[in-house]
Amino acid sequence: MVRELVVVSGKGGTGKTSIAASLASLASEDFKLSLADCDVEASNLPILLNPEVRGEEKFSGSKLASIDLERCTRCMRCEEECRFDAIRELRVDELACEGCGVCVYVCPAGAVELRDRDSGLLYLSETRYGPLAHARLNPGESNSGKLVALVRHRARQAALERGASLILSDGPPGVGCPAISSITGVDFALVVAEPTLSGLHDLKRILELLSHFRAVKPLIAVNMWDINPEISEEIKAFCMGEGLDLVGMIPFDKMVAEAAAQRKPVVEYAPNGRASLELKKLWREVKTVTGLGG
Amino acid sequence: MLVAVAGGKGGCGKTTLAVNLALSLEGEVQILDCDVEEPNVHLQLDHQQVWEKPVRVPTPSFNPEKCILCGKCSEFCQYNAIAQLPDRLLFFQELCHSCGGCRLVCPAEAIVEVERQVGVVRGCEAEGGNLNLVYGVLNVGEPRPVPVVEAVRAEAWRSGIVIVDAPPGVSCPVVASIRGVDHLLLVAEPTPMGLHDLALIVDTARRLNLKFSVIVNRAGLGREDVKGFCRREGIPVLLEIPYSRRIAELYSQGKPFVKAMPEWADRLREVFKSL
Repeated sequence: MVRELVVVSGKGGTGKTSIAASLASLASEDFKLSLADCDVEASNLPILLNPEVRGEEKFSGSKLASIDLERCTRCMRCEEECRFDAIRELRVDELACEGCGVCVYVCPAGAVELRDRDSGLLYLSETRYGPLAHARLNPGESNSGKLVALVRHRARQAALERGASLILSDGPPGVGCPAISSITGVDFALVVAEPTLSGLHDLKRILELLSHFRAVKPLIAVNMWDINPEISEEIKAFCMGEGLDLVGMIPFDKMVAEAAAQRKPVVEYAPNGRASLELKKLWREVKTVTGLGG
Repeated sequence: MLVAVAGGKGGCGKTTLAVNLALSLEGEVQILDCDVEEPNVHLQLDHQQVWEKPVRVPTPSFNPEKCILCGKCSEFCQYNAIAQLPDRLLFFQELCHSCGGCRLVCPAEAIVEVERQVGVVRGCEAEGGNLNLVYGVLNVGEPRPVPVVEAVRAEAWRSGIVIVDAPPGVSCPVVASIRGVDHLLLVAEPTPMGLHDLALIVDTARRLNLKFSVIVNRAGLGREDVKGFCRREGIPVLLEIPYSRRIAELYSQGKPFVKAMPEWADRLREVFKSL
């Protein structure tokens, strides 16, 4: 059975990707892995895992209206009926059009059609830890949730082909469509919280999202806990109160930034550093709490 | 003057810059928090809520008495929000984009549109009335933030200074936040991730034909040559904020750094003047 662990956080910049990269390194010693970067808007996991791209495929997230001005009778029905203000003076605004097709339907002259939109690229790569599915959504595009779903699908296919038993994925920030798309149906979610007022606020929102979709019971990790020990204590108490598993408290460590500068997971760059030691403990704790074993 | 702060990467300092910039400026200033998935601006400001408005989107309502199960609506819907079963329709409201198409194509007049709430917008007096704050909150579980972002943007003053805090990423909610602003400030960290994500938001800004410049945050935390990138791309770098544990700690407590380090208010004011 292939199981899937996603690293999420709600707030951006809490250290999801750094932690996911180190977990990839640690987990690959215990399991055969398949990896996914579910942040398709700002895909950063490849920076730390140095993948070799083996294949790519085009992604079309939605349709785009196109008006044939030769057939157009200038009745302007398309402009009037478009809810997204995407047609102005018979020109389609690519970034506003959501490809709904209302303009095609209302056009009496058959002058409007929907075309596939070029929304980005999906990559299938190889890393030292296993195959990695990742993507690049074109700037300004919509439907990133759909691309996240495709990335996860490809990672699962790779897992089945290679006989991997664990899919490890790095999630996007936020609680909107890409975040929802990266948590639905996963087995385990590791939530990375930073001990700031914003971090605490955003932690509660991502936990609410996880429970809204009746996703798995989350595991919590506090990153850079010593930036604010009081809020870290508050998060700890909150986890106790809610019956949530706190699986690690990672200290601030300059080695994390150094490792990123060298494009390496910190557990490999500075294996005995403060952060690395705690990350190793965290991984052991994750295995125990989830029953993954290994 | 409408100025937005964006950055591509999450946690690069967008909110910190937006808040500290707003606090540094004199005169009538408004700050709009367009990160409706994780709104954080209000956590850094003393504020009092003055009003709250629901954000509603049109959503179809199906009348089973009139529905003839012809399948036209489910066939039309590009978002797969309507599924037809042998004896009834299933509607997945989270997938609906409110285009109104299903109602148009229904031959039986079985569909009407009703309003559905997806979030709220709140207006606040902040910092003893010196600052006007508007922020939006997307209901947890709703996938589409854009209507809430647009509702926040609709509250922007027509005159005076308006600072917009944009969400991370480069997709539709970012576009809705920064579209049509007079100037875009891009915050970037000198790390490999920071530089990578800066290039993506630069592409987005260019696609939108916006005027933009860069502010380097946490200078010294990494060694990536953000300034070299900007020079090659012809993008002005207006300021460097050094990596400082003090600023990180102040941020963690929700305290804007210009209050503790007033010299930075002057620097941010200069940056604003140069736009």
